[in-house]
Amino acid sequence: MKRRTTTRRSSLLVALVATGSLVLSACGGGGDGGSTDGEGGTAAAGGGDASEVQVMTWWAQGSEKAGLEALVEVFNEQHPDTEFVNAALAGGAGSQAKQKLQADLQAGNPPDSFQAHAGAELQDYIDAGQIEDVSALYDEFGLTDVFPDTLMERLTNDGKIYSIPSNIHRSNVVWVNPAVLEEVGIDPSTPPADLDAWMADMQKVADAGKTPVSLGMDWTQTQLLENVLLAELGAEGYNGLWNGDTDWAGGEVNSALTKFGKIVEWSNEDRDGLDWEPALQKVMAGDAAYNVMGDWAVAAYDAQEMTAPDDYAYWPVPGTDGVFNFLADSFTMPVGAAHPGGTKAWLDTISSAEGQLAFNKVKGSIPARTDIEASEFPAYQQSAMEDFSSDTIVSSLAHGAAAPVAVLTAVNQAVVKFSQGASDVDTLQSELVSATEPLAG
Amino acid sequence: MTSVTAEPRTEEVLAPRPASPRPRRAGWRTFRYAVLILSLLVVLIPVYVLFVTSFKGMGDATPARTWFFPRTWTLENWVEAWTALSPALLRTFAMVIPAAVISSLLGSMNGFVLSRWRFPHANLVFTLILFGMFIPYQAVMIPLVQLMIDLGVPNGIPSLILLHVVYGIPICTLIFRNYYETVPMELIESARVDGAGLLRTYFSVVLPISIPSFVVVLLWQFTSAWNDFLFAIFFSSASNGPVTMALNNLANGAMLSNYGVSMAGALIASLPTLLVYILLGRYFVGGLMAGSVKG
Amino acid sequence: MSTKLKSWGPGLLLISPSLVLMAVFVYGFIGISFQQSMTDSHTAGQATGRAPVSFVGLANYWALLQTPAFQHSLRNLLVFTVVFLLGTLVIGFCWAWVMDRPIRGEGIFRSVYLFPMAVSFVASGVVWKWLLNANQGESASGLNRLFQMLGLDFLQNSWWADATWGILAIALPAIWQLSGYVMALFLAGFRGIPEELREAARVDGATEMQLYRHVIFPQLSPVALSALVIIGHMSLKSFDLIMSIANQSSYSTKVPAIDMYNYATVYDYANSAAVGIILLVLVALAVVPYLWYDARTRKEGR
Repeated sequence: MKRRTTTRRSSLLVALVATGSLVLSACGGGGDGGSTDGEGGTAAAGGGDASEVQVMTWWAQGSEKAGLEALVEVFNEQHPDTEFVNAALAGGAGSQAKQKLQADLQAGNPPDSFQAHAGAELQDYIDAGQIEDVSALYDEFGLTDVFPDTLMERLTNDGKIYSIPSNIHRSNVVWVNPAVLEEVGIDPSTPPADLDAWMADMQKVADAGKTPVSLGMDWTQTQLLENVLLAELGAEGYNGLWNGDTDWAGGEVNSALTKFGKIVEWSNEDRDGLDWEPALQKVMAGDAAYNVMGDWAVAAYDAQEMTAPDDYAYWPVPGTDGVFNFLADSFTMPVGAAHPGGTKAWLDTISSAEGQLAFNKVKGSIPARTDIEASEFPAYQQSAMEDFSSDTIVSSLAHGAAAPVAVLTAVNQAVVKFSQGASDVDTLQSELVSATEPLAG
Repeated sequence: MTSVTAEPRTEEVLAPRPASPRPRRAGWRTFRYAVLILSLLVVLIPVYVLFVTSFKGMGDATPARTWFFPRTWTLENWVEAWTALSPALLRTFAMVIPAAVISSLLGSMNGFVLSRWRFPHANLVFTLILFGMFIPYQAVMIPLVQLMIDLGVPNGIPSLILLHVVYGIPICTLIFRNYYETVPMELIESARVDGAGLLRTYFSVVLPISIPSFVVVLLWQFTSAWNDFLFAIFFSSASNGPVTMALNNLANGAMLSNYGVSMAGALIASLPTLLVYILLGRYFVGGLMAGSVKG
Repeated sequence: MSTKLKSWGPGLLLISPSLVLMAVFVYGFIGISFQQSMTDSHTAGQATGRAPVSFVGLANYWALLQTPAFQHSLRNLLVFTVVFLLGTLVIGFCWAWVMDRPIRGEGIFRSVYLFPMAVSFVASGVVWKWLLNANQGESASGLNRLFQMLGLDFLQNSWWADATWGILAIALPAIWQLSGYVMALFLAGFRGIPEELREAARVDGATEMQLYRHVIFPQLSPVALSALVIIGHMSLKSFDLIMSIANQSSYSTKVPAIDMYNYATVYDYANSAAVGIILLVLVALAVVPYLWYDARTRKEGR
């Protein structure tokens, strides 16, 4: 087996990317985060064209769009000389946006900044040399002290940080239709003590001829799975899944998968054709009792002017009380961005107290900064902020915080295969073992 | 007749045969009508659903009412779908028209040379070109993606025009070649005897009589480029791609499951090709019959 | 020689741009794809040329063919193709057959049967996704609801979400879209048979059955072959319909074209190219003999 470059065109590509990586190594070469000026004065420290900033997000509709608009308002105040260009793309939990982004990044035509989930999801971009190390900006903006340590840990990759978070979401939340539960004699205000108690309630709902749980397409199923795993293994055991301390082939995982299978059986049959909102809609409309969804669901309730506790109830997934299953939206500085000055201005705004307050109030998420008064926020966010500061934090798999995209894709495929009835629990488990193999290496 | 070699003269071929002198049994006739009408109804089911759902308001879309007329007919879905799709519709026209024109010009030249101005191994060359019509584009996709990046062809419409032109060459060549095969050799020979060169023969003799084939080819290219999704998904996104991308985004995006909007969108996105079919159906069928392939 | 060259040289020159494009975009790229499929380029770093890539021969092919998931894709493709072919051929033939003799309203029937062909798979997918909704019982919609209303509850099923036969639910809209096309081919075939031939058979005392068996069907076999090849190769490439009715993550409706896309989205270019080449081989198996036969008849014809 001899080594060779793939093709003529790839070598062209190599040359192209090499010029890009020169910039990177110039920044990195300044000495382990100590580069404050000098060579750092290139992209990473944010010199350069600040006339505009083109930002790609998947916040194109509903509360997400409104949140972005609120953020842009702050941006225009803070950086009046930089024009904000909205490159938002709707669809499929960001899958459309990610496709377009992949193409643009490869073509060496990146936006000035793009939205990405903080954590392992960034690995591909880092490997491909497509995003800059922005550690220097953390010092410049004074972010190191205002972001909680648990968050900083998850942002850091080999001593470098490649994105700046704008907000934090929680994935282990159950959204409940109180009317459906009352109909079958379950008290919606007190959450079941653990997963088994919750499943007993589901059984009751099922016996009454209603759908206990609504589910949607692949990633929503993976999100349910990760929370079942979290409930069964506990925070420590769950974290071990990502660093090799917990055996994916073990008995505990097996029993969690069995329970997951039972819950899937109870769910709506048209799940694979539904994105998260139509799935949640089933709970809103009273066709199903529960839906496990990240806390962006609160915005969907707001949009329909439904309020807790009359129209809906929410609690942490039973068995995961005291744990905050975390994901964060964050922004990057792509290598070769046309307006690095604009990028810097944008990153400044999204990380500022003012920007995070304006944005998260509307979007339904909580700020990444710890120095913002909780009282400024609506009820749900207040409770989430409290939990975030006191709970154990774990990383969500379904949203790219826990594992790289390739692992997540393989897990999604195994989960859908299982939920469509093409594999049993043991097969699912063995497929998850091989899907997560890259994590060990 | 194989459809690859022979372009049937569709209009004649599909024209009903004169009534047979032999009268048929009435039972047979009833049976034929029963089959045809039943099939008609089945084929139209999706059309009914599209149409009815596109006029339904949100509250009307409950499972129990799925097969009924709307309680109140509303245009809301159409307005929303139009707002979402109209920029993509414009882009699709900007993509499809140049793609169809360029590829049919190339196809016409190829077809002429391969049928009437042959060179050694012209037959083999023709077969090699034809193979390009059948290949699964998946087999060239990865190098294509990299080529577009290296050439710096912008993602979106420019890339797609290039691709539709290139991969449209085989079918265009085929249709024109088959057409020119039917042109009497004497026409061309007499031009040659007059001393006309290739280009003059092509422009003064061949091109003017090619109009019917151009209509067929243009319509065919228009329709297949309009309906393409595979190239679109690799080389564009909902914000800079053709209407199939925008529609897919509208229908499968993270919006509340409002089927009404998706259905109105599907109708809007299909309108141009449907109009082509209804108004110029004869030529459209001609394209189909030429062994044309979609997707 | 030079006069010969003078006579055909300009022609060759005129079509050389097309020939070069075909050589590069069809044959050149197939070559490059094949080469990439024999590397270990499975990651983002390698796809963008930042990490080294090595030659691994046919290893990706062996690995793919041994994974149950890819075997499932191939099996789906086979099932889909068989049903799609049978469906369109049988329906298309029957329509053409009953329409062969003059019948009032033929134009209307023909136009309606053909029109789905003018619509994109993406657009028809929108309505079929709705029709093929998997819910049953109270929350049923689409066809399942229609079955309930007609008292045919036992026909309700989970359509494309069914792990074993879900792919057949995708064949349904595919048949809906292309039966009309096959009908047009057959109709042209029927009408290409000279009336004298039929009359001659009748004069010889052939019954209608015999007429069809010995005169008409044999004349139609080239049409059937064309339809087989055209529908068959479309079926092997099926992608749009599955993407818009199910989506790329659905296991039940997975086919190689979907796998190819999925690999490409996670930068696994080697496997992506390998799946593309496998598809090409499958299509070539059907198409090359056909083109060969076609080229030979063309030669004999002149």
